[in-house]
Amino acid sequence: MPLTPVITAHWDDPHSYTLDSYRRHGGYTALAQALKTDPDEVIATVKESGLRGRGGAGFPTGLKWSFVPQNDGRPHYLVVNGDESEPGACKDIPIMLANPHALIEGIVITCWAIRASHAFIYIRGEVPMPIRRMQKSVAEARAAGYLGKNILGSGLDLEIVVHGGAGAYICGEETALLDSLEGRRGQPRLKPPFPAVAGLYASPTVVNNVETISSVPYIIKNGVSWYREMGTEKSPGFKVWAVSGHVTRPGIYEAPLGITMGELLDYAGGIRDGRDVKFWLPGGSSVPMLTADHLDTPMTYEAIVDAGSMLGTGTPMLFDETTSVVKAITRWLEFYRHESCGKCTPCREGTYWITGTLEKFQEGRGSQDEIEDLVEICNQIMGRSFCALGDAAATPYAPSLALFRSEWEAALTQPADEAFDPAATMIIPSMSGVGA
Amino acid sequence: MTATSNDKDTAQAAAEVEMVTGVIDGHEVTVPKGTVIIRAAELTGVDIPRFCAPPLLDPVAACRACLIEVEGMPKPQPSCAVELGDGMVVHTQLTSEVAAKAQAGVMEFLLINHPLDCPVCDKGGECPLQNQAMTTGNPETRYTLQKLTFPKPINISTEILLDRERCVMCQRCTRFADEIAGDPFIELVQRGAHQQIGIGEEPFDSYFSGNTIQICPVGALTSADYRFRARPFDLVSVPTTCEHCASGCSLRTDYRHDAVMRRQAWDDPEVNEEWNCDKGRFAFPYLSLDRLSGPLVREDGELRPASWPEALRLAADGLGRARGRAAVLTGGRLTMEDAYAYARFARTALATDNIDMRARAIGPDEAGFLASQVAGTCGPTYAQLAAAPAVLLVAFEPEEESPIVFLRLRKAVRQHGQQVVTVAPYPSHGSTKLSATLVPAVPGAEAHSLAALPADVRDLLQQPGSVILVGERAATAPGALRAAADLADQTGAHLGWIPRRAGERGAVDTGCLPGLLPGGRPLTDPAARREVASAWGVAADDLPTSAGLDLPAVVAAIAADVATRRSAAEQGDEAPANTIDALLVAGVEASDVPHSDALLRALQDVPFLVSLETRPSEVTDFADVVLPVSVVTEKEGTFVDWEGRRRPFARSFPLATTFPDAEVLALLADYLDLDAAPRDVPALRAEIDSLGAWGGERPWPGAAGATDTPNPGPGEAVLASWRLLLDRGIMQEGEPYLAGTRQPSVARVSAATAAGVGVPDGERLSVSTDHGTIALPVEITEMPDGIVWLPMNSPESRVTTTLRATPGDTVRLGRE
Repeated sequence: MPLTPVITAHWDDPHSYTLDSYRRHGGYTALAQALKTDPDEVIATVKESGLRGRGGAGFPTGLKWSFVPQNDGRPHYLVVNGDESEPGACKDIPIMLANPHALIEGIVITCWAIRASHAFIYIRGEVPMPIRRMQKSVAEARAAGYLGKNILGSGLDLEIVVHGGAGAYICGEETALLDSLEGRRGQPRLKPPFPAVAGLYASPTVVNNVETISSVPYIIKNGVSWYREMGTEKSPGFKVWAVSGHVTRPGIYEAPLGITMGELLDYAGGIRDGRDVKFWLPGGSSVPMLTADHLDTPMTYEAIVDAGSMLGTGTPMLFDETTSVVKAITRWLEFYRHESCGKCTPCREGTYWITGTLEKFQEGRGSQDEIEDLVEICNQIMGRSFCALGDAAATPYAPSLALFRSEWEAALTQPADEAFDPAATMIIPSMSGVGA
Repeated sequence: MTATSNDKDTAQAAAEVEMVTGVIDGHEVTVPKGTVIIRAAELTGVDIPRFCAPPLLDPVAACRACLIEVEGMPKPQPSCAVELGDGMVVHTQLTSEVAAKAQAGVMEFLLINHPLDCPVCDKGGECPLQNQAMTTGNPETRYTLQKLTFPKPINISTEILLDRERCVMCQRCTRFADEIAGDPFIELVQRGAHQQIGIGEEPFDSYFSGNTIQICPVGALTSADYRFRARPFDLVSVPTTCEHCASGCSLRTDYRHDAVMRRQAWDDPEVNEEWNCDKGRFAFPYLSLDRLSGPLVREDGELRPASWPEALRLAADGLGRARGRAAVLTGGRLTMEDAYAYARFARTALATDNIDMRARAIGPDEAGFLASQVAGTCGPTYAQLAAAPAVLLVAFEPEEESPIVFLRLRKAVRQHGQQVVTVAPYPSHGSTKLSATLVPAVPGAEAHSLAALPADVRDLLQQPGSVILVGERAATAPGALRAAADLADQTGAHLGWIPRRAGERGAVDTGCLPGLLPGGRPLTDPAARREVASAWGVAADDLPTSAGLDLPAVVAAIAADVATRRSAAEQGDEAPANTIDALLVAGVEASDVPHSDALLRALQDVPFLVSLETRPSEVTDFADVVLPVSVVTEKEGTFVDWEGRRRPFARSFPLATTFPDAEVLALLADYLDLDAAPRDVPALRAEIDSLGAWGGERPWPGAAGATDTPNPGPGEAVLASWRLLLDRGIMQEGEPYLAGTRQPSVARVSAATAAGVGVPDGERLSVSTDHGTIALPVEITEMPDGIVWLPMNSPESRVTTTLRATPGDTVRLGRE
């Protein structure tokens, strides 16, 4: 399947992020077009396009917009989730760096559709560059009349606030993000009410991912049928795939949904040094691992679920046979233990317990009982935690045991670093020994 | 309002409630729409484990202990947050393997980092975690790793200690502080397993902080006072009523042997719900502090111990000689039954109407107001307060003066946007937490503020069900009580009077005021006198017929007697009879009275003084006979709260050997050979009940009008002052940890007033009268110019004794 650069089409321009460059390639024409259309028609168009949220859950975007009650006399808000913190995910930050105006144009169109006059871009706090870039680009857009009062004579007033988070994975969960944005401690909120009814400042709010909103101008400009020519019935359109791990050319590849991992891997130059895939994850550390058997599975929301995983953020991570499964799983769980917000018992205590136990296995001090106990402990979290973070933490272990039981059994006595040379698995050889 | 209209409101409300029917463990249950499953299950007798879900806090679904299965939902659901829907089929741990397993899993998680130090934990024996570990947990743990540890308890205030190892992160305390008290001084900090409760730069100095200890489902929060002092299973618990203020909290007193170990809020949905204030919870050491162990009589100028018969004989002789020329000062802290006994003793044994329960600043309007508007009535109630669309506060700071009223107002503000308007010199911390609108008032000139009330405030009060609450301080503002009563008449708002002390309302109802007989009967009304005389078994003609003297008048009369005696002696004439020959004083702290110097002189000068007291005081210092009486834990009785609701309580210590006031009075009556009044509480209550409330006219004659607003000159200001909840009140003695949570004493003035005397923010301002000076750090406050606010009775600021001033007086300002 060929690549279809849309959001990434002009990233090799020397200053792709500038307003000039964006406009040179047809930027902000979709906006002019949308502002002449009835907002409800814009929502209908996005609904028909079948665009699904790119933050991980894949919820239909147009449907989400239509949940916002209209003529309710309350302010509406659009909040763009740019808190990209999932291990392995690196697509929103590049989009904000290289094509910020696509996001801004998408925001203005979305706000027109949902009748919002304030939008917020919540960006992960550890990455100052996209924060600075978005601030600069918002100022540029405002100076050019794409933001502010009566945009392009449409009567739409809109201001965008670029907000840097304080460095918490949980703030990528949409309701925790809203609490954080309101200046509170970032912990997920009880639902219902859902954000579309009572979100930011208890007002109807749409929360969408950076990539989702950045796709909107292209759908408006090129139309539903153009969009639906790509992808499948249930997973239409293009997607920014961020391929990482033991591949020859890690990076961003924009292609329709339905492309296979094998094809993407070919674009990325295959596994490094001609090695083989040991396991791979379609979208971040929160989805179950797959193996080389699944390289021909189409990368769509539905097909990947059928294969036993989830598309997630659509940022595949690939690992070759130098990798210790025990060590990889331990590393992810250490992340979840560190990032558990602490609100609910299963996630807070469960990640602490699991990770402590995994660290024993990593050191070659596991026990046979614990191999089975861990499955049960994960099941005590799965579906019992307050938000999806707990589920995410409970996900990796069981598939790894199903696929690589012998490695876990070896870890009863053998440290992971003995079974797998840490230097060999390093992507940058000079870093061998660092953080091993 | 009448009971009829209440019933109608309730019936109407019931008709509007939509009901839903679901099935829990095979049993149909019908509940109001919006009821969460955990509460609906309770109605069917099913107890679902829970940690984060006490009924009065908003659901958070954080602990996950209450997971249950709902048919049609893919995952176990938190029963504390999911509302029972029509036709919903619910399976709890009793009928669902999934639910039971989910609950057991959470229980296992909760214990992995819990120290399991139950044998040395204060909560052991009454601990929800311990109980639910027994019902839902595994007998053995699979967790073999190192538990998380924290340094053992840290003080989050002088009173409250936090043991972070024991905490299960249910957030009850932080949610209570935020949602109920409005004092979010504690918050979650850190994350994951390292998450913990923390404070910011300020300690957890909330007036309601003790409630967090009580609702903590583990032993993470303990009090400095009770910590390690007792085991719950060694304590005897008795329900009682709080004696500190007129809120009427239901309390539970836990004692061991003959000592109170702790007090907790008791559940009473109609009054204090599940809460109380820290004063009610912690201020009980005074009960056993410095007690008088037996009667004392004065001999050769010195008090010496005496037997009860000797002391009673002396007291009866002295009082009998003064019959018709005696006065009774009862303080405001007596039970209803004791107050009634004094009211009856004064009118019969002493043949006088000189009786006043107000040991505080009073005004000319007040007795008439209380007699005509308050005595023997009931309501407005807490329920009416909670439902009111708008509430006007006049000279009343609920958080300081009646904390449960504050909590109910705050709940109403938070739940249905009740609009609170306060007539006060500045928006206090408490008013701010009620989002109250301020109608600025110069102290003493509240009547003017009420007369000139903005039209929109009047409109608010015209909404049906609105309430006007008048504090006892309004008495000192000429015309304010009349203006408030008029406003209530004009707008249809309910009028409530909120005294500060627990016994005042009962004393009003039982006639401890000059001119007022029990049940709101005017003394001057012959029919009222006849009713009372018949109940008391005396001839109507034997009762006083004209209103007696109030406390200041008694003090003045004694001073006049002295002057008359002196001038007669100088002239060599025979002295005429005194107006006041004897005083019978019960539980009065002299420094509570403005111009306490005059009161002390009267106590010294009066020919015969009998003091019924629990501890040595400035009154016993001058007494001829001191008769020790019981404290609240040693007697049964009733406090009547501000609503007029009776709050009866039993005695805590069955073996107490002291006498309550009423019993001592009955003994005195015996010694006087008078027909004995009933001496036990059931008989007293029966007599009060048989008298009932007065059905006739309740005149309010000759009320004073508003006076001119004071106009302080340069360097002067009008004094504003009220008592803070935690101050140097003698009933807070012996509890240093509670005292540590007091607000720092500051003086408040406007920026212009501070600039006028050249005192920058934070520097010390001196406030003076001819009698003395109080110097405090100044806190510039948004308030009208020319007013200075001081705490009335704080350690560094004792307005009545140092300045001998009352709010509304003009004082001098300066830089210290």
